[in-house]
Amino acid sequence: MIIAEQKPLDEVQALITDAEKVLVVGCGTCVTVCFAGGEKEAGIMATSLRMASKLNGAVMDVTHTTVQRQCEWEYIDPIKDQINDADAILSLGCGIGVQAIAERYPQKVVVPGLNTSFLGLPTEQGVWEERCAACGTCMLGLTGGICPIARCAKQLLNGPCGGSQDGVCEIDSDTPCAWQLIYDRLEAQDRLHLIMEIQPAKDWSTSRDGGPRKITREDLRLAAEESE
Amino acid sequence: MTENTNGFKSGSNLERVLREGHFAVTAELGPPQSADGEVIREKAKLLIGYCDAVNITDNQTAIVRMSSIGAGTIVVQEGLEPIIQMTCRDRNRLAIQSDLMGAYALGMRNLLCLTGDHQSFGNHPTAKNVHDLDSISLIQSVVKMREENCFECGDEIKGIEPRFFVGAAANPFGDPFEWRPYRLGKKVKAGADFIQTQLIYNVPRFEEFMAKVRELGLHEQVYILAGVGPLKSPGMARYMRDQVPGLDVPDTFVDRMLAAAEGIDKEDKKARGQAWRAEGMQIAIELIQQMQTIEGVHGVHLMAIEWEEAVKPIIEGADLYPRPTPEPLSAPDAEAA
Repeated sequence: MIIAEQKPLDEVQALITDAEKVLVVGCGTCVTVCFAGGEKEAGIMATSLRMASKLNGAVMDVTHTTVQRQCEWEYIDPIKDQINDADAILSLGCGIGVQAIAERYPQKVVVPGLNTSFLGLPTEQGVWEERCAACGTCMLGLTGGICPIARCAKQLLNGPCGGSQDGVCEIDSDTPCAWQLIYDRLEAQDRLHLIMEIQPAKDWSTSRDGGPRKITREDLRLAAEESE
Repeated sequence: MTENTNGFKSGSNLERVLREGHFAVTAELGPPQSADGEVIREKAKLLIGYCDAVNITDNQTAIVRMSSIGAGTIVVQEGLEPIIQMTCRDRNRLAIQSDLMGAYALGMRNLLCLTGDHQSFGNHPTAKNVHDLDSISLIQSVVKMREENCFECGDEIKGIEPRFFVGAAANPFGDPFEWRPYRLGKKVKAGADFIQTQLIYNVPRFEEFMAKVRELGLHEQVYILAGVGPLKSPGMARYMRDQVPGLDVPDTFVDRMLAAAEGIDKEDKKARGQAWRAEGMQIAIELIQQMQTIEGVHGVHLMAIEWEEAVKPIIEGADLYPRPTPEPLSAPDAEAA
């Protein structure tokens, strides 16, 4: 899932300083699960902004709502009236949620309340770790199900580098060396031959390096008459 | 067009020294954190005659310095042969290939291909890193330019191709220890001509590594230069033992450095420093002598970091002076021409 963190309150305040009516929009999917922008956090954010504005001697009208999936227009449309009624929308969705609202309501000021961090999973209560870099050419089948693009600090395809020591990465002792993990798993599975082969220069065109990405599935598209 | 190198990969002095079977010596020269070419000239003067080629580091430890190729050009002008270094951290495949053609045109003939230290160690920790290639695909790329006259993309090089004697690094003490000889094997398979290792202090462990390297037959396919570096002080020895990932410094060396200044007045910092440096150089000489006895080690890479003055006494002390003058490249013969 998408892991995000809340921005500091003063940064959020600075983004909506001119607004009198603010709508905080939470999202019921990934950011709910990582406790960054769900219904509960949207409520706390709205309260915090009201209190802060009061302390500043202004009275900001802050309301909040949460949609099930901010990254799809059909889930945003039901809150159309609330959005139209506000001067500014503070999205507690990921970067996709922010842009989905901004794209649907281009006349509105839409600002982010979160920093979208990475694609990952919770490894224990309160701890999330990155697992996927969405590079567009998955090589997990060659690396024992451990991604060196997302988990190696240098994105090595033929690791580990000389900085791997005692199972941890040279950048800090809390970061496991992805290539040590890959080695250990493949060794346990007796499949080390997979990393004996040289991985040549990667095709990054499927990654962000190829420009904004788009997938079109003709088999799923509605014919012109159907979509009307 | 193919440059005529008479059967040599690049025909560099280092390649010819190794090919003739001499025990090679490479040194290291760190460019300044400024645009001052004089610093390079001064350092080069200390090394001429005492090594077969000198590594010019590429923003080592991710600290911005004068470029390896820029400094290497000055080194060539001074009459010393550079081994330029190229990391994958700062350049993508376009920049790497273009810089290497420039380097070749400027007279560089040796290249060390590296992944590069992570930028979080350096003075620009908020920088974006590149890692378009890794050290192994970088080796493939430069060998492809030399052997197939084409760029990474496959396009033909229409004109003179850059021909480097291609080096790679190996850290025998990185983990997983059992994997290190195999990773070295991948670098050899990618086309590396020579290997420079991380600094070695734990000789028995290095011998274990070399035994596996020999078992894999790698020592017959690549020239291995063992990394040796003089310790400057007990503090440096401790720091390298405790703080530097991928280094293995046994306690005996820390103890020897401490013992070196025993009996010298603590206030006499100059005398203590001299005693430490003398001991550090002595240890380096002993390490070099041990490396000469290990089968499959073809030379040493002497890393006297920011202490180029130490190279001369160490090389003399290890009986590796004067350096050999290999047969020059003969003029292209009629057939080849």
